[in-house]
Amino acid sequence: MIMADSGSSEEVAVIGNTDLTSAESENNIINTMVERGTALLRKMEINVAEAEKRTGKNTVNMQETYTVYLIEVRPAETVPEGGTQAPPDTLWRRYSEFELLRTYLLVTYPYIIVPPLPEKRAEFVWHKLSADNLDPDFVERRRVGLENFLLRVASHPVLSNDKIFFLFLTEEKGWREAVLETGFQDKADSRLKSLSAMFRVKNPDKRFTALKHYSDELNTVISQLLRVRARVADRLYGVYKVHGNYGRVFSEWSAIEKEMGDGLQSAGHHMDTYAASIDDILEEEEHYADQLKEYLFYTDAVRSVCRKHELIQYELEMTAQELAHKKQQKEELATGTVRIFSLKGMTSKLFGQETQEQREVKLAALEQSIQEGEEMVKQKNTECQEFVQAAWDDIERFKEQKDKDLREALINYAIMQISMCKKGIQVWSNAKECFNKM
Amino acid sequence: MSVGAARGLASSGQKPITEILHPLSAAEELLSPGPDVTVSVGGNREPGLTNGMTVETLSPASVSLLFNRLHLDDSLAEADTKDTYATTETRDLFVTVDDPKKHVSTMETYITYRVSTKTTRLEFDLPEYSVRRRYQDFDWLRMKLEDSQPTHLIPPLPEKFVMKGVVDRFSEEFVEKRMKALDKFLKRVADHPVLSFNPHLNTFLSAKDLNKRQGLALLTKVGESVKHVAGGYKLRARPAEFGTMGEYLDTFSQKLGTIDRIAQRILKEQSEYLTELREYGTVYSSWAGSEQELQRPLEGVAGCVSTCCGGLEDLSENMSQDFLPVLREYVLYIESMKNVLRKRDQSQAEYEGRLEAAILRKQEDGTPMPVEVEKCQDKVECFNADLKADWERWQHNKRQDFKQLLTGMADKNINYYEKCQAAWESLITLLQGKPTEDKTSETN
Repeated sequence: MIMADSGSSEEVAVIGNTDLTSAESENNIINTMVERGTALLRKMEINVAEAEKRTGKNTVNMQETYTVYLIEVRPAETVPEGGTQAPPDTLWRRYSEFELLRTYLLVTYPYIIVPPLPEKRAEFVWHKLSADNLDPDFVERRRVGLENFLLRVASHPVLSNDKIFFLFLTEEKGWREAVLETGFQDKADSRLKSLSAMFRVKNPDKRFTALKHYSDELNTVISQLLRVRARVADRLYGVYKVHGNYGRVFSEWSAIEKEMGDGLQSAGHHMDTYAASIDDILEEEEHYADQLKEYLFYTDAVRSVCRKHELIQYELEMTAQELAHKKQQKEELATGTVRIFSLKGMTSKLFGQETQEQREVKLAALEQSIQEGEEMVKQKNTECQEFVQAAWDDIERFKEQKDKDLREALINYAIMQISMCKKGIQVWSNAKECFNKM
Repeated sequence: MSVGAARGLASSGQKPITEILHPLSAAEELLSPGPDVTVSVGGNREPGLTNGMTVETLSPASVSLLFNRLHLDDSLAEADTKDTYATTETRDLFVTVDDPKKHVSTMETYITYRVSTKTTRLEFDLPEYSVRRRYQDFDWLRMKLEDSQPTHLIPPLPEKFVMKGVVDRFSEEFVEKRMKALDKFLKRVADHPVLSFNPHLNTFLSAKDLNKRQGLALLTKVGESVKHVAGGYKLRARPAEFGTMGEYLDTFSQKLGTIDRIAQRILKEQSEYLTELREYGTVYSSWAGSEQELQRPLEGVAGCVSTCCGGLEDLSENMSQDFLPVLREYVLYIESMKNVLRKRDQSQAEYEGRLEAAILRKQEDGTPMPVEVEKCQDKVECFNADLKADWERWQHNKRQDFKQLLTGMADKNINYYEKCQAAWESLITLLQGKPTEDKTSETN
């Protein structure tokens, strides 16, 4: 079965971070993954085709309404070799299942900037848009967002090759169990642990500090931008809609005019058109907002990688500190001097010197744990280096992707603005023609 | 109602008017202080200055004749009779109000405006004048015109009273707006075939100093008499057309009010939009600061947004400076027109009252119809003729003005969108362009 097959290869990749593996072999795995990863999208076409409202009972036996999304997976025809298994073409997934998938990816690939999910609740909306989770417009935008998420994962050099991800696309039943079987939850770091690491790391990696700083900045600026954009949309909506009132008054006025009547009447229609045009314009602009939102949520993914790095760095530092402490103890024991005040020093002063034998045993034990400590530091060092390397690869990839995506988003935004201007010119030119006839 | 009809009526009333016309009254001499002005418009006389009677002056038919003659010279080629009101070719009196100046004295602070006149009319001694007038002087002129030409529609002045504290009377914006409105008022008077020959206008345009005392005293008298007649008299046979005019004015003023409110609201929405848009641009700029590859694109967007802000500012300014004042003027214009309609009704009421009394007396003791009744009838007829002519003229002007106003509004909006479009298009070339191209656009 493919599940078992890819599962074993997966384990290597996952464990590679926590277990002792050489940086080289780690790199090899990643490299093969890049190739296999890019192959996934070549092999299959992924769509989130539609959304459907369902009502059912939840875990605490309460009636609830939720939305399910239809995932369609089609083998790409260009690929000669068919799928090893005939997977179902379509399956339904809930948003919460997408969430589980992402959490799994996040824990399993701490060095990867895992693509974010579209927002759970509509945020940064302007007044006209409903913040209702079951609102058809919102569901539709989320459908697009979820599809985008799947495509991002499927095109990611590492993530695309994940077995759980593959099952998510192909196995409707038993997927949740398969995820939980991986035991990824045990690897999840507690918030407290990472929080303490953030404050206690002594030698933070400057590159990661800078990255964290940047992602904070990006988060601030994008959320600010989204907030202001929503207000701009609100105001623009107002400007257009108030123009609509001209439509009615021109039409009423035209009733008492002779020569001017016709021109006024038809100009009124154009004003109605003008007022109505803003709906489409702003709906289209919402797509731009969604693109920005994706990067707003990406900043969290970036920070998560930074946090993970801090944690690893902290563990390394702790191990090193422990080792240093033991070395000092050994020195004290060997020379019989107490350099710093300690409880041990106190007890030895109070209860007299240990016998030579006792000291020998102690020294040997210390020697043993120092060796272990050194081994540990070496291991942690390697682990840290590997993490940095893998993470940095993905960060570079992410930066490139981000610059490209956002540049495109800005171009699209400009095109939208131009189309809005053209619409405006068109309507006002039509109105002008009518006014001229008066 | 065609122009031809109005004119026909005007000339039909000609004979009785000439009968009651008096040679230039002494009052005129009093009112024209400067020797530099010779008032030679025939037929105008001050009503009841000597005896306090409120015999309202009728518009002189000779003036209409003169107007016609002037028109015939140049505008024969004009086939469309409607355009005879506005043809600039026949105009021989050009006035401009500009150059506002602030005067500060111990007593008061006020603004004067330069009133420049260019004319070929013989009534003026010089071809050109330039005097300084303040709002009060315009007010005086308007009162004088209303007073001496009660049968005519006098163009409105901008509002006199300004809420202190709410509006800064000496702000550049307010002065500019008022100056434009005063200019419009004076131009409308100068373009009017009858009003432009009023000696008070002549005085206003040419005299070094205005002696306004008599004028004010007179107005109160007229005002009283107007009130006196307006005793709720139900007219027997008001021509239907005047009723229609009244109804038209009511509806039109209602629609204008709505348009004014919409425009105000748009202005408010635009200004709030502008505030947000400015901030929006700023956010792009600050984002650009933390990016490398995206710095230029983001700066470009900020630039576009700022261009759009500029365009929007122009659009809003144009609306508050040019669009709203025209609406305002027409609201006041409607009031003037309603006023004239009221006065016409009063005039008819007076005639009907007298006629009724005379008929009664004739039935009782065979007293012949007094001359005053006939005079009253003539007066009503002249009033009707003048009013109809002014109505037609006003309708024509209104059509022209609103055509211009609304076309202008469309133009300004098109202009705004074109500006924005150009900015966004240049951004796209910048974003898709090669680095070398980027450099050239940077220097722009």
